[in-house]
Amino acid sequence: MIEITTTRHNPLVEPVLSVWSWEIPVYLFLGGMIAGMMVLGGLNMLRIIKGERAESFYSVQTPVLGFVLLNLGMGALFLDLAHKLYVYNVYLAFEPTSPMSWGSWVLILVFPVLVLSALIRLPEAWPWLGDRVPALRGWSEAILARAGLVKALAWLNVLLGIGLGIYTGILLSTMVARPLWNSAILGPLFLVSGLSAAAAMVHLVASLVPGHPAPRGFLSGALAMLVQPLGAAPPDAKTSVSLVKADLAFLAVELVLIGLLFVGLASSSASHVAAIDLLTSGKYATIFWWVVIVAGILVPLALQWLELGHRIPHTILPALLVLAGGFALRWVMVGAGQASHMIAATGM
Amino acid sequence: MARYGMVIDTAKCVGCMDCVVACQTENDVPFGYCRDWIVTETRGEFPNLSLEIRSERCNHCDNPPCVTCCPTGASHVESFGKTVQVTADKCIGCKACLSACPYGARFVHPDGYADKCTFCLHRVKEGKDPACVSVCPTHCMVFGDLDDPKSAVNQLLKSRKHHTLLPEAGTKPRVFYLT
Amino acid sequence: MEQLSRRRFLKISAATLGAGAVGSQVPVVSSLAMGTKPPAGKVETIPTYCEMCFWKCGGIAHVRDGRLWKFEGNPLDPMSKGRLCPRGTAAVGTHYDPDRISKPLIRTGERGKEEFKAVTWDEALDHVAGKMKKIAAEHGPESIALWKHGTGSRFFEHVLRAYGAINKGAPSFAQCRGPRDVGYLLTYGTGLGSPEPTDIANTNCLVLIGTHLGENMHNTQVQEFAQAVANKATIIVVDPRYSVAASKAKYWLPVKPGTDLALVLAWMNVLVSEGLYDKEFVAKYGHGFDKFAAAIKENTPEWAEAETGIPAATIRATAREMAKARPAALVHPGRRVNWYGDDAQRARSTALLNALLGNWGRRGGLFLQAGMKVAGYPFPKFPEAGKPKLDNPDRKWPFADEEVTTGLREATITGKPYPIKGWLVYAANLNMTLPNEKETLEAISKLDLLVVVDTHPSEITGYADVVLPDTMFLERHDDFYVGWGRQGWTALRQPVVPPPGEQKPAWWIAKQLGERLGVGQYMPFKDMDEYLAARCEKSGIDYAKLKKEGILMGPKTPITIEEGAEIAFDTPSKKVEFFSEQLAKAGFDPVPRYTAPEKAPDGHFRLVTGRAPVHTFSRTQTNLYLRDLMKENEVWVNAETAAKAGLRHGQYVKLRNQDGVVSGRVKVKATQRIRPDTLYMVYGFGHSSRMLKSAYQMGASAGQLNTRYKVDPLMGGTSIHQNFVTFVKEA
Ligand SMILES: Nc1nc2c(c(=O)[nH]1)N[C@H]1C(S)=C(S)[C@@H](COP(=O)(O)OP(=O)(O)OC[C@H]3O[C@@H](n4cnc5c(=O)[nH]c(N)nc54)[C@H](O)[C@@H]3O)O[C@H]1N2
Ligand SMILES: Nc1nc2c(c(=O)[nH]1)N[C@H]1C(S)=C(S)[C@@H](COP(=O)(O)OP(=O)(O)OC[C@H]3O[C@@H](n4cnc5c(=O)[nH]c(N)nc54)[C@H](O)[C@@H]3O)O[C@H]1N2
Ligand code: SF4
Ligand code: SF4
Ligand code: SF4
Ligand code: SF4
Ligand code: SF4
Ligand SMILES: [Mo]
Repeated sequence: MIEITTTRHNPLVEPVLSVWSWEIPVYLFLGGMIAGMMVLGGLNMLRIIKGERAESFYSVQTPVLGFVLLNLGMGALFLDLAHKLYVYNVYLAFEPTSPMSWGSWVLILVFPVLVLSALIRLPEAWPWLGDRVPALRGWSEAILARAGLVKALAWLNVLLGIGLGIYTGILLSTMVARPLWNSAILGPLFLVSGLSAAAAMVHLVASLVPGHPAPRGFLSGALAMLVQPLGAAPPDAKTSVSLVKADLAFLAVELVLIGLLFVGLASSSASHVAAIDLLTSGKYATIFWWVVIVAGILVPLALQWLELGHRIPHTILPALLVLAGGFALRWVMVGAGQASHMIAATGM
Repeated sequence: MARYGMVIDTAKCVGCMDCVVACQTENDVPFGYCRDWIVTETRGEFPNLSLEIRSERCNHCDNPPCVTCCPTGASHVESFGKTVQVTADKCIGCKACLSACPYGARFVHPDGYADKCTFCLHRVKEGKDPACVSVCPTHCMVFGDLDDPKSAVNQLLKSRKHHTLLPEAGTKPRVFYLT
Repeated sequence: MEQLSRRRFLKISAATLGAGAVGSQVPVVSSLAMGTKPPAGKVETIPTYCEMCFWKCGGIAHVRDGRLWKFEGNPLDPMSKGRLCPRGTAAVGTHYDPDRISKPLIRTGERGKEEFKAVTWDEALDHVAGKMKKIAAEHGPESIALWKHGTGSRFFEHVLRAYGAINKGAPSFAQCRGPRDVGYLLTYGTGLGSPEPTDIANTNCLVLIGTHLGENMHNTQVQEFAQAVANKATIIVVDPRYSVAASKAKYWLPVKPGTDLALVLAWMNVLVSEGLYDKEFVAKYGHGFDKFAAAIKENTPEWAEAETGIPAATIRATAREMAKARPAALVHPGRRVNWYGDDAQRARSTALLNALLGNWGRRGGLFLQAGMKVAGYPFPKFPEAGKPKLDNPDRKWPFADEEVTTGLREATITGKPYPIKGWLVYAANLNMTLPNEKETLEAISKLDLLVVVDTHPSEITGYADVVLPDTMFLERHDDFYVGWGRQGWTALRQPVVPPPGEQKPAWWIAKQLGERLGVGQYMPFKDMDEYLAARCEKSGIDYAKLKKEGILMGPKTPITIEEGAEIAFDTPSKKVEFFSEQLAKAGFDPVPRYTAPEKAPDGHFRLVTGRAPVHTFSRTQTNLYLRDLMKENEVWVNAETAAKAGLRHGQYVKLRNQDGVVSGRVKVKATQRIRPDTLYMVYGFGHSSRMLKSAYQMGASAGQLNTRYKVDPLMGGTSIHQNFVTFVKEA
């Protein structure tokens, strides 16, 4: 029987830590999704180099979309900062022990890679622009002409993608003080969840804007450009199917990883065991069970399975659910994780 | 150079919170915030009880996660006394250090930067004790150099049973509690 | 919660250094390359003594760039020894308290409605003087009474006495230490006063009956208590609650409330029957010991066990511990001993227990207070009093040696033997402080004039006809504090910063009033500086030095027999009166006799009160620092009791007492730290004054629930722990 009282009354710290609200989950979610897009896109670029039909694979590349989302993510991160005017300090230093420092620098590298990747297809993706700025075509062809450069870009996409994806998890998992986060699974989990979100996103936009011929209007063109598959061809059936298959795989792995996360916590210290309850029975439980697990993983798994078997028509519903689930996962983990704290093991 | 630490005698501490008020006035800690605070732990059942009262603050850990997680180096180990400090003008207010500290020792200053106990280095440099130490009516806090075997803190640690907070966090805290 | 950064806050309420203030100039070493900005600026230090409570510790105020920065202990001062208590340290937060009264006010609405208009000092003072003259004309000046607590009342008392207003009262007697001082007066021929001459630092066995040092933050005693703990003194704490002191004790005796006298009698029974008492001391200085011994024969530990709930074995063991340590064994005489209305006799029993331990004038016991001489100011002689005081008509309470507040209140209600038509209340929140607010309000309803001189819009100010805003102690001069202790000393109070608004120092208000009442000649000096200088002059004290150092120590004289002091007793028998003929003559028990407290009605619990370390009574709840540390009080409920009553820890309830009075909402602290039959609440919360914005309705008021009280037949002390309450669950 222990009675504990404290006079500490600092905002955001008492009664439970709550320094991060929606901004960080948004940042982590978008970051993970961008990471996924880069990996998928990169892999496809590699296949092109192997001489496969370009269009269909390009069609799943959305670097421009990634570029835009990246800015949104960074924007969310910035909104979270309490000492905004001093933000430049992040880029005056590299702190090798700080995941956040690594992340900030990785993001800096991600920008040019996304821009270059976008450039490859910009003229066709946005004929309006291509017509007016022929130079773009020139560059685009110049890049495509150099297999080595494309290859390098491809690998940069893949590697930075993986880095970024894992970072979104490491950022939290390195914090020993937060038992719920303190698991090696978190990095891979967020990466895989990022991949499935990416697949879903690409899938979604590809079906929303199959757009051929590419709109040439200023605005319609601009919108299309974000997602417009290269060339006049929509992603062929093979590609779509491979996307769905990929997503199935990602979701399955994600489920397994979440399972492992729990096993890991359950088999660790009292603090870690206590942390589980925050997800499973605490105030985050409903969202965790219904949105993350059921709506975000199980249902899309089922639906897409049926789609593959052509038992139900293809819809965008699974994609939407996966995205919702992906964000909910970040939101729940960030919220519950802050609330989780170490419990003194040694009697005092 | 010294490696400062604090030894607090829970047998003497009465939980009067004088250390908290003294810190606030000394360091202009904003109203509604605190760099140190009092925790009480009552164990047992009426009438067989025990009570430990602790004045808690940043432990100026030897292995400070708040420093390793900081993206800008704002949180750093000050060469003077190997204490953990925050450079306000480098802090972006990302709050990673608040999450990383197992002791909830930090807070976001209304002006936006991460704030916490400084071990009153400005006083220590003048040869004074930290404000909380020098105000304590029970003289239950002792501040000094843990690297100096002859220091009062080390003498106490040698002669008395003591514990730190959450040793399992691996932070190697430098605030010790005598029991 | 105050979110505003303090730096910004200080900018808002900027104030510049007071003219009278002097002191050394110390520039703070400028900011280190260390971020979280360390304090910087030009600092001036000015010594003065604290009045966040009545212990009066010496402190040193630090003024940085013209703004009050911090208040630290004065190392020269024997009370603080350089360390203030949390309330003293937080004095800065009272200076900046936005809830203070800043202008003189005259009532516009009904009494108690807190409706006022701000007026100039001249208007306010003329109004007050006019009304006083009218009362004096109709009923005589004796019909104006002064309620006082604290140093600032000094010149009000002076001026009113000069005017012929002889009636006065302070809660520090009948509501506080009165019963104790009378108990000791009857036994040793002297009361103990304040600070108590307890040699806690050097004792080998300390017995605390109630006395919750560590929560009761009387600074010096808490410092010495910690020394006693460090010295491994045997500590015995008698308290129905597991107080902080109890947690440091070797023996915690969770006594049944109201049965302490039985315990003390049993202790004495053991010491006598086992022959463990100081026979030498008793033989040499004791009077009527045999009659005493005979009287307590029946009070065996077994008998006491049934009354107190403390096992006989524990009673014996603790008695033997005391005996083992005597004469360096000390039963703390207590301070706020007014619990049950028979308190003077209980106090007398602890006086006798100390006598059995032979610790009078002994190291580690009760030392002999030493003082110092400071010449008074050559005032003109007061006029003869026209009528007798009426607070204790025909010595109804024969052994009261100070004014009885509730007697004064009673007389105001009855108008007998003569009417009281005016009250001037200085620093006493009568609504909360005195028992049974109803009677206080009834008395107020009889008044033609109620003037309240206060720093804060406390409950009593809500009923005032005129409110006069006093400065807080860091903003004013007061008279010297000439202290009695191990060595006498003199402490100076001087202004450190000017008041934030139109507040005026107590002495100035009194002087102005005196002049308007035509007794100006009784304060024949320009200001306090002149007055204090004159006293120093006459006493050969270097005033300039005192202004710099704040404290002047008196001569060192022996205070214990070990140091060669002589002891003598100013009782009728000139001895320590184990058996008291005066009491017998007056029809009281010559040796304390125990009567059991009555049982609580079903479903009710006895409500007892005490202190929180960070607050002083009802005066600090709006302090900018202290309110963050404790913004409301809690009602302590034994965890099992709470479970039975279906109460959760942290939920809000109200308390209804036996007279149907219902408290404000208060948080339940379900804890193992209290007896199942007892509830505990810190006194001073639950403010009903809307003008105390940040404290309004925070917590519940123990004062409001103190409607049923017993009056000590010896000296008029009023009980505080005689109320039974039950829970009213909140929807
Ligand atoms: N922080 C702070 N310190 C203060 C003050 C303040 O306002 N704030 N006020 C000062 C003043 S003026 C005074 S008078 C003193 C008062 O302080 P004390 O003289 O220590 O007051 P007590 O009423 O003796 O102590 C209250 C304790 O008595 C216990 N108690 C209640 N009923 C009984 C009982 O029947 N028997 C026994 N044995 N114990 C019981 C309560 O649980 C509580 O722990 O404090 C002084 N010190
Ligand atoms: N129920 C209950 N009643 C009690 C007690 C209890 O424990 N429980 N304790 C009793 C004891 S021990 C005591 S000593 C008394 C204390 O009784 P009080 O001395 O009446 O205590 P406070 O409630 O602090 O009221 C003090 C008033 O003075 C004002 N004040 C503070 N500082 C200054 C100043 O510098 N100048 C002026 N002019 N005014 C000032 C405050 O605003 C407040 O209105 O209460 C007694 N009454
Ligand atoms: S000031 Fe000293 S006694 Fe009071 S709470 Fe702080 S450490 Fe404990
Ligand atoms: S206590 Fe917290 S803030 Fe202080 S050094 Fe350790 S980890 Fe960092
Ligand atoms: S809040 Fe400031 S100090 Fe803390 S980690 Fe972020 S940048 Fe570093
Ligand atoms: S050392 Fe200084 S900063 Fe730290 S808690 Fe004590 S007073 Fe505050
Ligand atoms: S005990 Fe505390 S409040 Fe009272 S005078 Fe001393 S320092 Fe001031
Ligand atoms: Mo008192």
